[in-house]
Amino acid sequence: MVTFKFKDTATYQVIRLISFQLTEFLDTFGCIVEQFINTLKYIIKLDINIGELIRQCSRFAFDSLPISLSIVGMTSIIISIQVAPEMVKQGGGGAVGALISLIMTREMGTIMAGFAIISMIGAAFASEIATMKVTDQINAMEALKVSYFRYLFVPRVLAGVFMMPVVVLIASAFGIFTAGWASVVSAKISWLNYINSVWYGLFVKDILVATLKASCFGFAIALISCSCGIRAKGGAQGVGIATTQAVVWSFIAIVIIDYIFALGFYF
Amino acid sequence: MSIKVENLTKVFDGKKVLDNISFEVNDGSSLAIIGFSGSGKSTVLKIISGLIKADEGKISLKSDEVALVFQYSALFDSLNIFDNISFALHERKDLRKKYSKEEIKKIVEDKLKVVGLEGIEKKYPHELSGGMQKRVSFARAIVTNPQVILYDEPTAGLDPITSTVIENYINTLKRELGVTSIIVTHQLSTIRNCADRVIMFYGGKIVFEGTPEEMNQSENPYAKQFINSSIEGPMQMLTS
Repeated sequence: MVTFKFKDTATYQVIRLISFQLTEFLDTFGCIVEQFINTLKYIIKLDINIGELIRQCSRFAFDSLPISLSIVGMTSIIISIQVAPEMVKQGGGGAVGALISLIMTREMGTIMAGFAIISMIGAAFASEIATMKVTDQINAMEALKVSYFRYLFVPRVLAGVFMMPVVVLIASAFGIFTAGWASVVSAKISWLNYINSVWYGLFVKDILVATLKASCFGFAIALISCSCGIRAKGGAQGVGIATTQAVVWSFIAIVIIDYIFALGFYF
Repeated sequence: MSIKVENLTKVFDGKKVLDNISFEVNDGSSLAIIGFSGSGKSTVLKIISGLIKADEGKISLKSDEVALVFQYSALFDSLNIFDNISFALHERKDLRKKYSKEEIKKIVEDKLKVVGLEGIEKKYPHELSGGMQKRVSFARAIVTNPQVILYDEPTAGLDPITSTVIENYINTLKRELGVTSIIVTHQLSTIRNCADRVIMFYGGKIVFEGTPEEMNQSENPYAKQFINSSIEGPMQMLTS
């Protein structure tokens, strides 16, 4: 007679997998919230390592700028190659610049630079802190009675808040320029017409919202990356898992923030 | 009494790693803790240094200034040797504004001199050998003038000659700075050269306590098995 064991069924395995993933999700989320509160305590008290903050700001801006410019520039070229000739055909050639600047300031500049920064800076923050964790460097810091929040988290998170808007604004301006070049080449629009049109799509509100959104992105990317790094366990595999988690969680976080901003300011 | 550990208990994932452990270490003396891997030796050091909390028990320390030397040195690889050693002086809340730049430079030079490594301030950890990294970690540990130094397997992975050099430096720190030490080790040479007393952990409990000489001559089956490096005896490989 064959005995039925629930543990051997596919249903049990699926439930087990879901509960494991759910536990892991809640664990990571809880850790991020905990690190957020601890980091905020130092920021509120203005207990900040200024030297490390300057170092992280320069790293955040200079390291991420080339890839941010490349991704935003390429994306804007792709958009304008597809859109500009169609608009000219429909008689809207004079509005290409306005459309591009609207797209860049409201969405593409921020989100594409955000993706670039996650892959460049977020992954670097997570793997660096994860390596420090698995090689006992974080324990050594604690044994020396030095707060890793003050030394590692606060400068990185503030660097994200301050430097992400700078990167986003430069990348968006670069995107508007490269899209103009692509429009001139692909749709035979004159530079003068394009630039004149750009001003019609630029609004102070959009620039302010993009700046605020970029700060929130920078905060989220840095905090999530540091938090995932500090949760690392084991060896090289642990560092890999922490880095992957940091990238995935950061992507999800910035998309959610983007959604909230779209609802809050443009709905 | 410099360190007094009373009824220490620690459970990890339902497993009792430390089960009601008690011991004392006299001022200026050194205690070696030996035992199987996973028997809770390093856990004791982490609890004494405040890195983790015990589930039960009490630790009394004569001084709050406790240094921990890690098994693989744990030097900050993005900082040079000067910054590694002076890290606590720059970053610790109570020390941040206590010393001038010149004073910090002098302290670092002095500590490097104690471990026989003058003139390497500008090098990075990856440019040093394992033995040198270990000595730098000693220098980093003594920068705050601790009264207690905890060594987690200080000679693990080193060749016998470098091990002897490290053991000599452990004795130098004990002699010249008068520190109390706890040394977690597997190596008999470290026990013979550095320890005044030895305790052995197995199954979360202390199964032997005595001097290194007493351990050598002991009829205690645990001590005998350890000295003879035998697989026959009361200690069996822990599989879970």
